[in-house]
Amino acid sequence: MIRLDDVTLTYPDGDSRTTAVDHVSLSAPDGVVTGITGPSGSGKSSLLAVAATLIRPDSGHVWIDDVDAAALTRNEATALRRTEIGIVFQQSNLVPALTAREQLLVMAELGGDGHRRRAAVRRRADELLDAVGLAQHARKRPAQLSGGQRQRVAIARALVNEPSVLLVDEPTSALDQERGAAIMALIAQLTHEQCTATLLVTHDLGHRGTLDGLVTLVDGGITDVAHPPAALLEATGAH
Amino acid sequence: MFVAWRDLRSARGRFVLIGSVVALITLLVGFLAGLTGGLATQDVSAVLGLPGDRLVLQQPVDGKPSFSESSIDTSTAAAWRDTAGVDEVTPVGIAQGRATGARSSSAVAVAVFGVPHGAPRSVTTDLAPATDDTVGLSSGAAADLHVGVGDRVTITGTTYRVATVGGDAWYSHTPVVALSPDAWAQADRRLGGDGTATVLAVSGTPDWAAAAARTHTAAASPLMSLPALQTFTSEVGSLGLMIVMLFGVSALVVGAFFTVWTMQRSADIAVLKALGASDASLVRDALGQALVVLVVGIGVGIGLVSVLGALAGGALPFLLSPLTTVLPAIVMVVLGLAGAAVALRTVTRADPLTALGSNR
Repeated sequence: MIRLDDVTLTYPDGDSRTTAVDHVSLSAPDGVVTGITGPSGSGKSSLLAVAATLIRPDSGHVWIDDVDAAALTRNEATALRRTEIGIVFQQSNLVPALTAREQLLVMAELGGDGHRRRAAVRRRADELLDAVGLAQHARKRPAQLSGGQRQRVAIARALVNEPSVLLVDEPTSALDQERGAAIMALIAQLTHEQCTATLLVTHDLGHRGTLDGLVTLVDGGITDVAHPPAALLEATGAH
Repeated sequence: MFVAWRDLRSARGRFVLIGSVVALITLLVGFLAGLTGGLATQDVSAVLGLPGDRLVLQQPVDGKPSFSESSIDTSTAAAWRDTAGVDEVTPVGIAQGRATGARSSSAVAVAVFGVPHGAPRSVTTDLAPATDDTVGLSSGAAADLHVGVGDRVTITGTTYRVATVGGDAWYSHTPVVALSPDAWAQADRRLGGDGTATVLAVSGTPDWAAAAARTHTAAASPLMSLPALQTFTSEVGSLGLMIVMLFGVSALVVGAFFTVWTMQRSADIAVLKALGASDASLVRDALGQALVVLVVGIGVGIGLVSVLGALAGGALPFLLSPLTTVLPAIVMVVLGLAGAAVALRTVTRADPLTALGSNR
């Protein structure tokens, strides 16, 4: 589970500061896809960056299981991302030199202690590539894969270290409607199977059927919670 | 090294190109080092081959000691012999002359050394003949004069019988021939000198500075005495400067390549950081990649130097030794890594936040 507790984030804007996230509290339970939507500039990506420990909020807490990620040092936050957080970017952001399978295997090497977990990661990589339907494309590089296939590899990569939290940023923005729907369905399926707490930023509400809950942000604050899981409803105080 | 190895495989052409450049620079450095070593050997090997802990030269009132101008009279030699802590003093005379072999009419330039028979053993003193009418030849002199043991050789107008042919000893690019001290003094006078020794090879543990000051001499180890040979300073100085400049070029080229390469990969680095890559693992990856390129490039370069050096050795003064191959290789690896380290700024400063919303 990931829980954001009264999180505020501001950016410097000339002599003043702009509020990107304004006292947001929400909780995403395990095994559930929680969507975050809102108009451009509403703070969706900023909220995701805070949840991903890529940026430290001005105030508030980001609880990932029992760890307050907002209070961690840079190195501690990096280690937490490595073990507890999976990220799927807007673009697949695959490393061009690596094959599909290696995109997953590299996740064992990021901390410099890969030798301890290599065998386990190899097994899991093969399972995940199979789960996303790319087992037969394991030896292909990103340039040899379609956009949808690349995004599938990125999803598998995000899950290879068995994170408790999956953060997904506009995963269908570069895909057509059909491929986008397939990716959304895959994320939902894997979230339920792997029991990850998934926060998914999207502006495309055409796929809202695959979401278990949807939070709407406007000007950095939560304005609406739809189809909310109980924990989400409780944390936001919305009705 | 996970990503580094796969980068090497994926961008093979680029890495082969930079590896080739490194190999070519290594070839230049190695060849120049070999030539410098070869020239230096032909300049000073007889000096380095003298016995003793220190070589003592006359200290001029103005200026630095010089082999060509040093003159050590018998009283100075005696003063050193009487100095507390001195175990052995070997006076050696050095002059430049010409010699003719019995089977050849053309004269060959030689370095004429006056060395006492029975002096402590070394490459140079082993040439010393036992009598005044015999001469010891270095292998280079014997080859140039086309003579062997028992043949006759004429040096500055006097004929000697070849008593021994020894090791390779050179002085100021001329092969060494050794006479007895008395025969050498006569030869030196025929050449316009005063017949006094040029240098003392001294062994022991005296107060070197005090003894040198008292006798108006300069005492230095054989290696530190080499600047007293003017040809050595000018040759090694200019060739050494070229080698140093090539080292600089090498570091610059490697640094520039890896800086550009790392900048091109900065988006990938940001993604890896966002996924949890530590700075330390990325730095290890980058330096490991540079090390592989350097070791392969320099290895190929040194291999070429060894082959070409062995081929050129007969025609050119070329020294193929760890000093001219392994040492420059190590220096190039260290400088190359230092150059590549410049690129690490890009690695450590890459912001993982840019991976969110990046459009690649």
